[in-house]
Amino acid sequence: MTTVTKKDPVFVVVQLSGGNDFMNTLVPYSNNRYYDNRKFLNIAPEDVLPLDNTLGWHPEMAPFKELYDRGMVAVVQGIGYPDSNRSHFRGMDIMHTCTPHEVSTIGWLGTVIEQLDPGKENPLTGVNFGVGLPRAMSKAGIPVTSVSNLDEYGLMSGLAAEDQRDKALKIFKDMYAQAIGSGPVMDYLSRTGSDVITGADLIKVAPEQYESTVEYGDSQIAKSLRDVARVHTADLGTRIFYTQQGGYDTHANQLPSQPGLFRDLSRAVNDFFADLEEHDADDNVVMLIFSEFGRRIADNGSGTDHGSGGGAYLVGKPVVGGLYSEYPSLEPDKWAKGEDLEHTIDFRGIYGTILEQWLGLEASPIVYGNFEQIHPFKTS
Amino acid sequence: MSSNDLKLKAHLLRRAGFGASPKELDQVADKSYEDIVEDLLHPDRAEDINMDYIKRYNPELRYPDTHPLHAGFWIWRMINTKKPLEEKIALFWHHVFATAWYKGEHTPSQIEQIETFRKNGLSNVKQILNDLAKDPAMNYWLDNCENHSDQPNENWGRELLELFSMGVGNYSEEDIKQASRAFTGWTFEQPLPLYPYGNYETKFVFDESDHDFGEKTFLGRTGDFNGEDIIDIICEERATALFICRHLYNFFVEDEPQIPAWSIEPPRNPEAIDQMIDVLMSNDGEMVPLLRFVFNSEFFKDSMYKKVKNPCELIAGTLKLTGTYGIMPKQGEEVGKLYGIGSVMGQALMNPPTVEGWHTGHEWIDGGTLNERVNFAVNQFNDLSVPGLSDIISRLGDHVKSSELLDKCLAIIGPFELGKQAYDALTEYAEAVGDLDLTNEASIELNNEYIARMVQLILSTREYQFA
Repeated sequence: MTTVTKKDPVFVVVQLSGGNDFMNTLVPYSNNRYYDNRKFLNIAPEDVLPLDNTLGWHPEMAPFKELYDRGMVAVVQGIGYPDSNRSHFRGMDIMHTCTPHEVSTIGWLGTVIEQLDPGKENPLTGVNFGVGLPRAMSKAGIPVTSVSNLDEYGLMSGLAAEDQRDKALKIFKDMYAQAIGSGPVMDYLSRTGSDVITGADLIKVAPEQYESTVEYGDSQIAKSLRDVARVHTADLGTRIFYTQQGGYDTHANQLPSQPGLFRDLSRAVNDFFADLEEHDADDNVVMLIFSEFGRRIADNGSGTDHGSGGGAYLVGKPVVGGLYSEYPSLEPDKWAKGEDLEHTIDFRGIYGTILEQWLGLEASPIVYGNFEQIHPFKTS
Repeated sequence: MSSNDLKLKAHLLRRAGFGASPKELDQVADKSYEDIVEDLLHPDRAEDINMDYIKRYNPELRYPDTHPLHAGFWIWRMINTKKPLEEKIALFWHHVFATAWYKGEHTPSQIEQIETFRKNGLSNVKQILNDLAKDPAMNYWLDNCENHSDQPNENWGRELLELFSMGVGNYSEEDIKQASRAFTGWTFEQPLPLYPYGNYETKFVFDESDHDFGEKTFLGRTGDFNGEDIIDIICEERATALFICRHLYNFFVEDEPQIPAWSIEPPRNPEAIDQMIDVLMSNDGEMVPLLRFVFNSEFFKDSMYKKVKNPCELIAGTLKLTGTYGIMPKQGEEVGKLYGIGSVMGQALMNPPTVEGWHTGHEWIDGGTLNERVNFAVNQFNDLSVPGLSDIISRLGDHVKSSELLDKCLAIIGPFELGKQAYDALTEYAEAVGDLDLTNEASIELNNEYIARMVQLILSTREYQFA
């Protein structure tokens, strides 16, 4: 009999920036209201990849559908927040800070990282791949590592001689020492500098020891998810990963642009889970894919304007696949502001679901309240 | 001329331009601060960049197909221009009116938009907004070409109000819809297709047949408004002056809370903002009097090192010190690389992440970007033959006592001040190096290495991250 060690739960976030059009991701292909409102921008019933008699995936989502068919995808239908003002700015801020009615600079995952590593012992507890740290991961005083190029990460890496580099790094540490009264931004730089040194030392083993037979595509999201896999499989104690795919602001030319995004995304996600499976590293990983809002019900002739209610996806081996919450109603009397999908579940309930049922953290201090949760995880 | 004055001039040139090399500081040493301000405000007094000459060395620049090359060339301009404020104000408007290449993938219109900011950036807010509304890159970026009389697309109308002029909370959803109707039919001439000969330019077109000539009610006023009328009304609003002044203060003076917080967080220096609004409004939206007021104000002079450098400022300022981009490199890709360097620091020029533009201030810096900033600056002085290093060494004199090395270097590459931690750590380094005899032929190589390392370490400090 083998001993089973319970591994710490790991959470990966993939942000689709720009506001993904949920109606053309999971298409209500049996509903005439959809075709009435999407005169120009619709997916024909014969083109969708049917999920059931009413809903079908966008044709470019085939690798994602495959994960769904294997029971690894929980679709959260109608995710949203109250009183959407349709701004990217506010939309993303709200989703990052859980504060729909005021502006906050405390990222919800910043608090999660703080609670997972209260002693600030591991700057790799939270790792972002991409340029610039998302607000979701920012919280004053909480170290997070942000990597744009995993293979060349580290301070003074341009100094060829190792002894010279070590000396320079030692001086760097002294120069970045914290001092009383130097002001919040200087303090922030101090902490960031010393965390970079620690984080770089730790993370450099990841590209060194990674091997895989999975060949990812050459899109940015594929590169980012491969980096997540390289660090996750190196077992460096990272609990929260974050990355994003941009380009979803499809006011115009949605027809040619959205399929390319879906093709890259769905293949990258599929490859990522295949990679984890190959490394036997998939039983403690759950991924959330979300966007800041959905788009308007009616198209504008070439694209779709900003709307509200959208969709999110929880993906992974620990997930019980299926449809959760309700597809927003397409009946005009149920529309928000007379033209938007009305959200059917608050995103803070979905965060709460992840916090309490996956990460084992109390939700209400992080999402500021109690919201309806779903039950998308296997109970073991 | 006291060193304090020189510090103030260096501060002005970092903010109104992209810093100054020791030689450039020499050139303004005898001018009064106020005269330097006037020179900056009158770019016509200085020589243009000779594009004919540059294109002879770099023929790729004749063809507007490669976006990174042209974005990188903009950074080259920041380093070499004799009209620093012209480039700086263009960067300012690019921050505010963030338009990205990735959607249209049409480099000529992107280049043209920045050229427009160069030409009109110091003119008048109304002029600037009108040019922006007719700018093909913006028109496509925010889909006004899809804004039809029978099927309005409100993307441009919304962002014009929210992100480009008044700020959220100063208008209604209905105002957005009405403004959008006024801009129907504002589109651009379809450029020739990309293939087989490359990109072609385009220009603004007003398509009367697609314009909604009906009556509109916007911000309480009613009429058969066209886009110009909407901009006229916007420019009368104090909210617009406040919005522009907060942006300007954040960009030129001191880091402010970021835009999403503006509706609830007051400006850091409300008195300064009020004064700026008065200057802007009493001068009918003219930019030059406003900037003259700002650069000569006490709050500006007191703001030394209160702003985190944006990546362009860091890159251009550092390359002014090395002197490596002073002459046109023969290979276009060398210039294109500058774009990549900015990108990994979080500022892909002509390619901002979204219409919100970049978040500035300490948000430029996280573990990843700090790593890039430090490594970039350090790597520029790995090559001991860079002209800037020889210049620094020649200014050190023949003999440098270890106790003088740090102060002398700081005076040459700044004038620049360090906090106690960095100052102590570098003093320790200078002590380890010992006294330098720069006349001794036998130890030239070693001495150069010591001095280069001192410069590298100064450029790695926290203090160097500030403008």
